[in-house]
Amino acid sequence: MTITVNDKQYDLPDDPRVSLLDFLRRDIGLTGTKKGCDHGQCGACTVLVGGMRINSCLTLAVMHDGDSVQTIEGIGTETDPSPLQRAFLEHDGYQCGYCTPGQICSATALLDEIANNWPSDASDDLEAAIDLTDEEIRERMSGNLCRCGAYVNIVAAIKAAAKEMAA
Amino acid sequence: MTAKLKQDEPDTRNILDTMKQGVIGKPIPRVEGLAKVTGTATYAAEYKIDGCLEGVMIQAPFAKGTVTAIDTDALLAMPGVVAVIEDPRQTARAAQGTANEAPVQEPMTVTYYGQPVALVVAETFEDARNAAAQAKLTYDIEQVGSFDPQDVEAEVQEDSATRQGDLAHAVKTAAHAIDTTIHTEGHASAAMEPHGSIAEWDGRNLTVYASLQMLNYNITELADSLDLEEDRVRLVSRYVGGGFGSKLGVSEDVVAASLAAMQLNRPVRVVMTRQQVFQTVMRRSESAQRFRFAADSEGTLSGFGHEARVSNLPQESFAEPVLQSSDFLYKGENRLLELEVARIHRMTAGSVRAPGEAIGMPALEIAMDMLAEKAGVDPVELRIRNIPDKHPANGKPFSSHKLEEALRQGAEAFGWDGANRAPRQTRDGEWWIGTGMASAARVHNVSKAQVRVVLAADGTARVETDMTDIGTGTYTILAQVVGEMLGLETDKVLVSLGDTAFPRGSGSGGSWGAASVGSAAFVACNAVRDALCEKAGINTDDAEFKDGRLNGGKTFSDILDGTEIDRTGEYEPGDISEDYVASGFGAFFAEVRVNRFTGETRVTRMLGAFGFGRVLNEKTARSQCLGGITWSIGAALTEALLFDPKDGHVVNQDLAEYHVPVCRDVPDCEVIMVDERDPAASPIQAKGIGELGMCGGAGAIANAIYNACGARVLTLPMTPDRVIAAMPD
Repeated sequence: MTITVNDKQYDLPDDPRVSLLDFLRRDIGLTGTKKGCDHGQCGACTVLVGGMRINSCLTLAVMHDGDSVQTIEGIGTETDPSPLQRAFLEHDGYQCGYCTPGQICSATALLDEIANNWPSDASDDLEAAIDLTDEEIRERMSGNLCRCGAYVNIVAAIKAAAKEMAA
Repeated sequence: MTAKLKQDEPDTRNILDTMKQGVIGKPIPRVEGLAKVTGTATYAAEYKIDGCLEGVMIQAPFAKGTVTAIDTDALLAMPGVVAVIEDPRQTARAAQGTANEAPVQEPMTVTYYGQPVALVVAETFEDARNAAAQAKLTYDIEQVGSFDPQDVEAEVQEDSATRQGDLAHAVKTAAHAIDTTIHTEGHASAAMEPHGSIAEWDGRNLTVYASLQMLNYNITELADSLDLEEDRVRLVSRYVGGGFGSKLGVSEDVVAASLAAMQLNRPVRVVMTRQQVFQTVMRRSESAQRFRFAADSEGTLSGFGHEARVSNLPQESFAEPVLQSSDFLYKGENRLLELEVARIHRMTAGSVRAPGEAIGMPALEIAMDMLAEKAGVDPVELRIRNIPDKHPANGKPFSSHKLEEALRQGAEAFGWDGANRAPRQTRDGEWWIGTGMASAARVHNVSKAQVRVVLAADGTARVETDMTDIGTGTYTILAQVVGEMLGLETDKVLVSLGDTAFPRGSGSGGSWGAASVGSAAFVACNAVRDALCEKAGINTDDAEFKDGRLNGGKTFSDILDGTEIDRTGEYEPGDISEDYVASGFGAFFAEVRVNRFTGETRVTRMLGAFGFGRVLNEKTARSQCLGGITWSIGAALTEALLFDPKDGHVVNQDLAEYHVPVCRDVPDCEVIMVDERDPAASPIQAKGIGELGMCGGAGAIANAIYNACGARVLTLPMTPDRVIAAMPD
């Protein structure tokens, strides 16, 4: 059984108790994905599986045979950061940095979800095209806790990155 | 070489303002930011160490008594289990901030529910977790009378008490009097990174990667816990995923990992579960706070009383200092300030962001709002009227005082209307809309600190201290202080932090980090400047350091000619700490919507105006303020630790049940930084900032709720049930 992480293939662990999060952090050394609660309550462990965001602490590694996972390390690097990563830097969308990879993975998926007109609790019309309003961003980022309290800057960063990507 | 400065006098030279590089104060992005946004910043539990074992703590399932046995044979028979560490040196609690000695040990003697008693060590995390969950303990339970702080005897803290004049008489004879009691629930720091450690032992020396705020104290606390000499211990905390007080003192995981590594001669990692963090580190005490005010017809105070009860475990010296700003914030020649501590067997109470003012200020500001209403005075004007010109009890001068400016600037920017403050003026469908305000205050402290600055042969600088950056911006502001002083852009200054191999900083706590280590860096830079000028044969007073050149001529590298200049700066507050009252001040303004049927409150607008001395980095300073405002929203509306009355355990011990603000709870917030240089705060004229942003904010929200719907809620957080109960028909 294998899993692809950031375009690289790995064998899945023998121990079925290993969460996808612990597999990423410990077994293959991708510590950019963070453990904040291990119970799907904080969002620090958010990664993209098949392009969709999930809490990697809430799923077992062995359930992902054949899946393709993107982590923060696959989204951008220090020499080639993604527009969202650059915007978080510029707008100070973080402080301690621990929730940040999860925030950026979530925001990456969020932009796709809005582009595909997936409605949220903040959407007035479930059928209509979705605008990237502040309230849409706040609603869709509310699964990613930031205890430093960087939300105002996180919203600003996501708006700035979306604008840049649309340009 | 060490250059020293003990500050006995205010430093009005404002030397940083005379420098030419132009990087100080600028909103440059965090110098370590790329590492954080790309996931390469390494936090404590993330160091890749071969053969690392995993430990999980076993906890006591009762509040008071003795564990007489642990069935270790059964545990050792489980798959992957390597050892069960039972050691009387294991700490039973986390150390208090700046304790500088081991906290309570001998963990088999249990004093609160969930206390760590031992550690299971296994080859994998999964095996260790499995075994710890199945550990069988034998124990004798002692009955506890009550876990309720209101039910037990309390001790008055005489050292923080003020008794002056006759408050009771003043209240009795006042034109306007207030006598009200406000309750606040306990808080959890809930830093996003759980406490975790990896310990390595080489037979003589111990290295621990840990998530800690104050390595300069933690090294002593750990060494003392282990009975090791301090020079055999090294602590590393390069990145800390938030602290907010919970990582001030050495926590149980650090000692557990160390004892296991020393016993097994293998590296051991111990990471607390989220539930363990809630149960075993620190809670902010709940409080009951009584305010008694006596005012004349204009609202000017002649009597000021603030009496409070908080709680803690036996043997703990910490008492949530809720009177801290009440000591000097407002007038009132008849004063009574008394804090008492009830001894109960809930988990340890300790520092959570802005200990004292975080709950003392909102409560005080609710009481002030009640006085403003009674006296018929604009709440902003009431505060301004009651600003004393010197300390109201001991007569000491203020180092600098920006409360009035903050109130005025904040009111103007917010569009404050203080004329008609009667509740229930505005409604939108089922939502009442209202505004409220509060003062902000947080005492300023500085601490002894050392920073090493090396001007390298290539003309770049290195900065080293064991100071931490817990998200506050230390890496960046040190690069800016040193860059400004030495004439270097910040990308020519490499800052290394969080390693006890470096000189001792101040640690991050009590908002004192930036002013303390910034001042130490300033002292070191002055020595480096002198040494470079001496080499160049010029007087330092005639020198301009800019863009790596002296007076626009020779580069530093040319002058150094292959050598380097290495200076350690030591800053220490001297008489300034005694001679002045130093505090950050500010003002909060909030607009809320309160649902008339459900009592749900949404904050729709919030503004904070703060004066905290020199701004070292506009971007990170603003972020600190925004963080504080966000915490204000949590303290006002959702955050409450709840305890089981039967056994004292924390009931809401995770992030699903303990509600910190989420993105949608926080509106767009505005921050105003009031221009200030405080010469008696530090030689860089900067004061603390990390906590000020939450010292009063919940009060502004409470007052806005009252203004919106007429519900005067006297217990925080103001959950819908409490708002509904207080709402008039």
